[in-house]
Amino acid sequence: MNFEFFFNNLPELTITGLAFGAIYALIALGYTMVYGVLQLINFAHSEVFMYGTFAMLWTVMALGGREADGIKLIAIMIAALFAAMLVSALIALVLERVAYRPLIKRDAPRLIALISAIGASFVLAELMGLRDRIAGWLRLDDDLSEYVSGARINNSMAGVIEKPRWDVAGVSISSIDVLVIVAAVGMMVLLDQFVRRSRLGKGIRATAQDPETAALMGVNPTRTIQLTFLIGGLMAGIAAFLYMLKIETTRYDVGFLLGVKAFTAAVLGGIGNLRGALLGGLVLGVAENWGSAIFGTEWRDVIAFVLLVLILLVRPTGLLGESLGKARA
Amino acid sequence: MKNRFTAMPKPVKILIWVLLALFAYALPLLEPPIISTPGVDFGGVLFTVSIYCLVALGLNIVVGYAGLLDLGYVGFYAIGAYTVAILTSFHASWPLLLAIPVGVVAAMVSGIILGAPTLRVRGDYLAIVTLGFGEIIRLVAVNTEWLGDTRGIKNIAKPPGIGGEEGWFQIPHLFWGDGTVLLDSDDKTTFLFFGVLDQIPYYWMGLTAVIVVLIADILIKNSRVGRAWEATREDEDAAELMGVPTFKFKLLAFATGAFIGGLAGGLYASRQGFINPQSFLLLFSILYLAAVVVGGQGNRWGVLVGAFLVAYLPQRFRDFDDFRVLAFGVALVLLATLRPEGLFPPRRTVRAKHLEQELEELEEGAGGEESARV
Repeated sequence: MNFEFFFNNLPELTITGLAFGAIYALIALGYTMVYGVLQLINFAHSEVFMYGTFAMLWTVMALGGREADGIKLIAIMIAALFAAMLVSALIALVLERVAYRPLIKRDAPRLIALISAIGASFVLAELMGLRDRIAGWLRLDDDLSEYVSGARINNSMAGVIEKPRWDVAGVSISSIDVLVIVAAVGMMVLLDQFVRRSRLGKGIRATAQDPETAALMGVNPTRTIQLTFLIGGLMAGIAAFLYMLKIETTRYDVGFLLGVKAFTAAVLGGIGNLRGALLGGLVLGVAENWGSAIFGTEWRDVIAFVLLVLILLVRPTGLLGESLGKARA
Repeated sequence: MKNRFTAMPKPVKILIWVLLALFAYALPLLEPPIISTPGVDFGGVLFTVSIYCLVALGLNIVVGYAGLLDLGYVGFYAIGAYTVAILTSFHASWPLLLAIPVGVVAAMVSGIILGAPTLRVRGDYLAIVTLGFGEIIRLVAVNTEWLGDTRGIKNIAKPPGIGGEEGWFQIPHLFWGDGTVLLDSDDKTTFLFFGVLDQIPYYWMGLTAVIVVLIADILIKNSRVGRAWEATREDEDAAELMGVPTFKFKLLAFATGAFIGGLAGGLYASRQGFINPQSFLLLFSILYLAAVVVGGQGNRWGVLVGAFLVAYLPQRFRDFDDFRVLAFGVALVLLATLRPEGLFPPRRTVRAKHLEQELEELEEGAGGEESARV
């Protein structure tokens, strides 16, 4: 155990932890909202995120992000953000249409929806992991070799952006970390306000609270579910963009561990609860970073899960309690 | 079909069961052409199938009977395997027959330790807590030198045979030529020697374990315990009001499941002779759960079929190796959307579904309009 390192670097560790936590929180939103409305664990949400990271990577590659700088680089990054959001949202909507809607219509048992989601998750991840082979069949592998090669290994965009570090009162802070935290928290606040105040948001909350009555009051349940998946996808896209800015590499199975962590964050904060997702994500990110500073990085994931078990024992409904509908009526 | 079978006199029924069991034991010797796996050792594949069957039966008690969603079942499997590995090779040199019971008890105790606090948590949380548990077990194994870290543990003890390397007698396999069936005298299985090359004795061991567990499963399911599980699954509050100590029974289901998982893990470790944390990925928990749900949770025969499919199909179609996971995913989605109750739902579920449909039709008739459903 390395307490000296921990105490000497506490501010840096906290800020990096918050940045990770902010990304967890953005992904956790997708889990928490779908759970709030449908009571389903959307296991395939992690792949929605993964496709976002690739959309970001490929946009940067296609627009020549490696050579660009200044205004042009910023423009490319904005394009990449929109591409990631678009792709993630699209995947989320397709997922809803193919893997969930047939089940919801038939009133299938909830466990089978989880199986369907697991299946969809495998399909999405493997399609990405086998993209070189698929492109080979379509005879596109020569044109697209830059994009489809290395289907099973890390795909990197390191060095595209510089990451200046700022020195604030003797503490070295990465500018990207600050950007990630500010952007994620900002998006969460916006989304929270949207769900609280807008007409569509009220529809989501009404459906979460009581689907039948909400339908009788004129809320279209199918639309609402679509909207929930759409929002989850958009947030996962933003998370993918921020993740790529910070980590710079992605892989066809990158979603798995991040998805598990994000779901853990959602449960930690109280599933179905938007503010809970933010709190859970940040707590998880910081705890992980502190823990890995003390016990060593190889225990990082163990710390996350032990924390989850401990918190659920003390507060069985998560830190802030559950329910999308009730908590902020 | 089902009725005709139940109507048969008891001796005939027993005879049919015995014949089926004999056929199952003889399957790797027969090597029937279409079922047999070209390019992979058929005995080894059947051993894997038997281990999956064991695991699926255990998980079925937790998920199917008691209705507890467990996403970390591989954790118990790992505890069984690691206990056997440590006791027979890494830190001691116990005989296997002593180590397996210890491994099974260790898995069961860990099930109770995990279950006691977490079974009070609501269903979906249980899923993520168990998932976390499975990962913790694996990561602890990865990071602890005492458990062989990523390198794993070698030289795990084999089961003791009968009559040394020569065995009591040797059984030739069948060889299927073009339209002819021959006894292959070059390819023999020794009864009963657990070697490295011939996997068939291990399959017999696994199959025996499956049969024992299956009989225990039938007895438990038809007892007070089985009924208590079912009541708890259907409506916990009602069961509690009727005097069922639901928490105790949930814990019992969890421990029983862990017991069987540990047994499967121990057998696996002994066959493999070598384990490392890669054998206990979260993916396997998901595969086991898929086996249970695909077969029809709550129906032990369906679950066995599910386990067979999940373990066997990927081995049979090795040519599509790279596309296995993809095909598996497609199959899961199709199955879920087309047959939500699994391939072979238990009769009770089918009846309940029919009843529900009738009620709904009545309601719709009275209301005259289609009710808005989500």
